Amino acid sequence: MKVGVLALQGDVAEHLSAMKRAIRGRGDVIAVKKAEQVEELDGLVIPGGESTTIGKLIQKYDIDKAIGARPELAIFGTCAGAILLAKEIEGYKQFSLRLMDIAVARNAFGRQRESFEVDLEIPVLGEKPFHAVFIRAPIITRAGRDVEVLAKVDDAIVLARQGRYLACAFHPELTRDTRLHRYFADIAAGNL
Amino acid sequence: MRKGTVKVKRGLAQMLKGGVIMDVTNAEQAGIAEDAGAVAVMALEKVPADIRAAGGVARMADPAKIQEIMDAVSIPVMAKVRIGHFAEAQILEALGVDFIDESEVLTPADEQNHIDKHKFKVPFVCGARNLGEALRRIAEGAAMIRTKGEAGSGNIVEAVRHMRLVMGEIRRLKGMREDELYYAAKELQAPIDLVREVAKLGRLPVVNFAAGGIATPADASLMMQLGADGIFVGSGIFKSSDPEARARAIVEATTHYDDFELLAEISKGIGEPMKGIDIRQLSEKELLQVRGV
Repeated sequence: MKVGVLALQGDVAEHLSAMKRAIRGRGDVIAVKKAEQVEELDGLVIPGGESTTIGKLIQKYDIDKAIGARPELAIFGTCAGAILLAKEIEGYKQFSLRLMDIAVARNAFGRQRESFEVDLEIPVLGEKPFHAVFIRAPIITRAGRDVEVLAKVDDAIVLARQGRYLACAFHPELTRDTRLHRYFADIAAGNL
Repeated sequence: MRKGTVKVKRGLAQMLKGGVIMDVTNAEQAGIAEDAGAVAVMALEKVPADIRAAGGVARMADPAKIQEIMDAVSIPVMAKVRIGHFAEAQILEALGVDFIDESEVLTPADEQNHIDKHKFKVPFVCGARNLGEALRRIAEGAAMIRTKGEAGSGNIVEAVRHMRLVMGEIRRLKGMREDELYYAAKELQAPIDLVREVAKLGRLPVVNFAAGGIATPADASLMMQLGADGIFVGSGIFKSSDPEARARAIVEATTHYDDFELLAEISKGIGEPMKGIDIRQLSEKELLQVRGV
């Protein structure tokens, strides 16, 4: 199995390290900067960062076209990455890959001083709560019929899956808990 | 639910990595920066080159000016306070800025004490010329470090000097025996626990950007290759002949800093860079980098 981390901007090193720990012995993890690298992947992580910046660089270097040519590719978007997976971004005219039938609201909890950490119930990962770090985080405001909601903060959806796509409003790569990265690796490997 | 923790403060800086933070003085410039792919903007009344030219006391910008910029863009907005001026910082935190730069570019308010940055929910970035300065700022609660370079000079030489010093001192710590770290901490004038952490990690425990003199895509590539996590461009964009093209080019150069064929394309036809200053023509009292060590 080969999993790539999109390395245009954002916390790429943290995702590379988390994914390497998550799939140790099961495959390789590479940093992806070029469209042609997308062809060889089973899974792609779009990291946290600025969605406007990453979106522009995706288009500039035709990575959107390379992803479009690979409908079987599993994709895990965290924070900015989740925004880039959404069909609809509320209130902003900006680029997205439009792969998941979800709407997102950017900076939904407010500005940086409202960023927070919280223990989250994620039933698909087991009983132990997941310590989740939210930084200027988005929320998912609408989930289509084929979208499975996996976690909420109060009433706001913060983790959702649609087939081979996984959108996450927080940053699992900033903690030592690799359960969510392993969950994605299982999707990419076709086990889930 | 816990807000303003070390993790969320350092975490925002981690999200900015591989990106470019641009100085802007109004909503129009902020829009240009965002459209070019900036990861954040620094809201200012004047860019450093103009602060240098104007002389007098440089202070926190008018909150109305900062608010105008916050309303204009969706990316994080940073703003500067004078070194040690915690009241300016309290005002910016209340205003809701996403990051505060306790900056030597403004006239220091306190020649001994920096702000106790642990007391704030909003993260701080501080300048440093070497590892000791960086670790003292982190001890005070800085969530991000940038090289000081020489702001408003358009000259990369000081940023290079400071980045090489920081990275070289980190490499030296990595090779030390544990019993040698105590003396290293004494030499660096930095807390032993942070010195140990750096020796173990082989890097700073927070994100480290390059700043102070970056004017071209090649400058951005140089600083990234020397180990910067990202780039601040102050005067370099809006003091150049074609800010839009230069801003886009520096963003792309920061991402693709090690692809030299692409850098050749990126660097073509982007107009004249800012004029810049030969640092050796500046007297000691004109240097901004010696403030707040």
